[in-house]
Amino acid sequence: MKLLTGNDLASGDVIWWTGSAWSRHVGDAVDVGEEGAAILAREAEALRVNVPYIIDANETDNGPLPAHIKERIRASGPTVRTDLAINTDIPIVKG
Amino acid sequence: MYRYDQYDQAMVDARVEEFRDQARRRLAGEMTEDQFKPLRLMNGLYLQLHAYMLRVAVPYGTLSAPQMRMLGHIARKYDKGYGHFTTRQNIQYNWIKLEDAADILADLSTVEMHAIQTSGNCIRNISSDQYAGVAADEVTDPRPWAELLRQWSSFHPEFTYLPRKFKICVIAAKEDRAAMRLHDIGLELVERDGVIGARVYAGGGMGRTPMVGPEIRDFVTEDEIIAYVEACLRVYNRYGRRDNKYKARIKILVHELGVDEYRRQVEEEFAHMKTLGIQPPVAELDRIRAFFADPAYETGLSEDIDRSDPDFALWLDRNVAAHKQPGYAIANISLKPVGGIPGDASADQIELMADLADQYSLGELRATHAQNIVLPYVKKADLYALWQKLDAAGLATPNLDHISDMIACPGLDYCSLANARAIPVAQKIAHRFADTGKEAKIGELKLKISGCINACGHHHAGHIGILGVDRKGTENYQLLLGGSGAEDCSLGQITGPGFNEDGVVDAIERVTDLYLDQRQDGERFLDTYRRLGMAPFKEVIYG
Repeated sequence: MKLLTGNDLASGDVIWWTGSAWSRHVGDAVDVGEEGAAILAREAEALRVNVPYIIDANETDNGPLPAHIKERIRASGPTVRTDLAINTDIPIVKG
Repeated sequence: MYRYDQYDQAMVDARVEEFRDQARRRLAGEMTEDQFKPLRLMNGLYLQLHAYMLRVAVPYGTLSAPQMRMLGHIARKYDKGYGHFTTRQNIQYNWIKLEDAADILADLSTVEMHAIQTSGNCIRNISSDQYAGVAADEVTDPRPWAELLRQWSSFHPEFTYLPRKFKICVIAAKEDRAAMRLHDIGLELVERDGVIGARVYAGGGMGRTPMVGPEIRDFVTEDEIIAYVEACLRVYNRYGRRDNKYKARIKILVHELGVDEYRRQVEEEFAHMKTLGIQPPVAELDRIRAFFADPAYETGLSEDIDRSDPDFALWLDRNVAAHKQPGYAIANISLKPVGGIPGDASADQIELMADLADQYSLGELRATHAQNIVLPYVKKADLYALWQKLDAAGLATPNLDHISDMIACPGLDYCSLANARAIPVAQKIAHRFADTGKEAKIGELKLKISGCINACGHHHAGHIGILGVDRKGTENYQLLLGGSGAEDCSLGQITGPGFNEDGVVDAIERVTDLYLDQRQDGERFLDTYRRLGMAPFKEVIYG
């Protein structure tokens, strides 16, 4: 599956496209299929996201899981400061 | 310490207001990110993995107590309660909001600080010896030259768009505590026949193509240092590659031209520059030098230190260095608690260090490239009281230059360029060696970890270095041995195939076990490695 992600322009927070808005929780993200580029251009133009891009992810029982470790860490927050993490249940290293 | 004059302050204040307007326009959609990005980077504002990151310049690592207090204030008010001291003697904040960035810069300007030239292809923060001005082994204080270089390089119109970023280091002691030869230009101040001047190195650096900077000139007199550095930069600016960012650093130019040809071109440019009469006036260096005059040291102070508290005695032995002035000492504050994050300090800790500087160190601190803090003017009689306060705040780890005093970049936990995490590896190593008591047996061992080939964690210069790489989406760690950023500068060599996170910790333990078994009297790990060579170490690693 394909997810849309980027950063909130004002706060810099990592955000994920939910189909109609942006969420800080990757669990809310939806598969954008082939529509990603069009959504991305529209949302960036509207200043609702900064530096957006499309990533690969896998569907799991717990929701979408980014395929690459860098995106999993973006989704979770720093692994060494779990007190600051927003999605602590994301497995960073695949077992 | 240097204090801003009206020109310094006016320049910084004007830049704050300029950036405030740029940020406003970006937030209003009047600028695209492509248009805004180079402007924010010129003010040290990056977009990292989780948020914007602001890198604040700490010129040659020197901080006043009010400046340090402001860094704590920024951590508390605008970040998530902490800051990260970097391997460039700067500090960076990981959770900055664009809408706050101009206010932060305005706050910084009230204490004569900024984030200018902490990014981009310009001359970056000048680095220096954290013991400058107080070291027992220096020929002169390098800070006036560092400050002169700071002023000369700030907004230098010719060097604002270099082929690539440019780092200059100035030291004045035989012991190199600043990795001088791993800079684009390294200046070693020396004395010859009673005259102070500089030995000049150019073309050093780490990154994907590490090189130890070769000597370009054995002596240039102090009044011509700026002109000579400018000549070095002019040749680089003219011929440095701009077609490939990976080949754009000066080290590549010096290597490809050859040292002799690069030197010839620099000398030609230098001869031309001398005819222009554009060297800074000696009076300006004298004006700057006056800011760095010795403080009014107390005399007749006691040299005695009560060592009856064993924990204090250990800290004394490991973290306190000799001062040039009788009765005084240099106290190193380790930001490497076992299991902590190298270089991180909380707002409370930053503010406490500011208070302790006021109380015990004539209001001054230094940030080191090894991500620690120095109090440079502590009376020996005050060391125990200082240590007690540091200890109560988790700032008295007695590990300077030991294995748990690791340099580690933010790695994949924070950095968008990283390929692997560095901090968790640092934490595991620190625990492994502290828990087994081997750290004390090993003694001096400089371990440095980078989360990618850009080498912000100085892995090439580690007695033991670790480079994190991405192997098909999995973190993998290469091990290097034999590097040094000190006066015996050398580049570490890769041992062989890499390891996972636990595997690299095991490999390091095997390497250090071999050292403990094979070392001869007085040998550091690095000495034993150099004597034995790579082969026996590879044997114990890979069997």
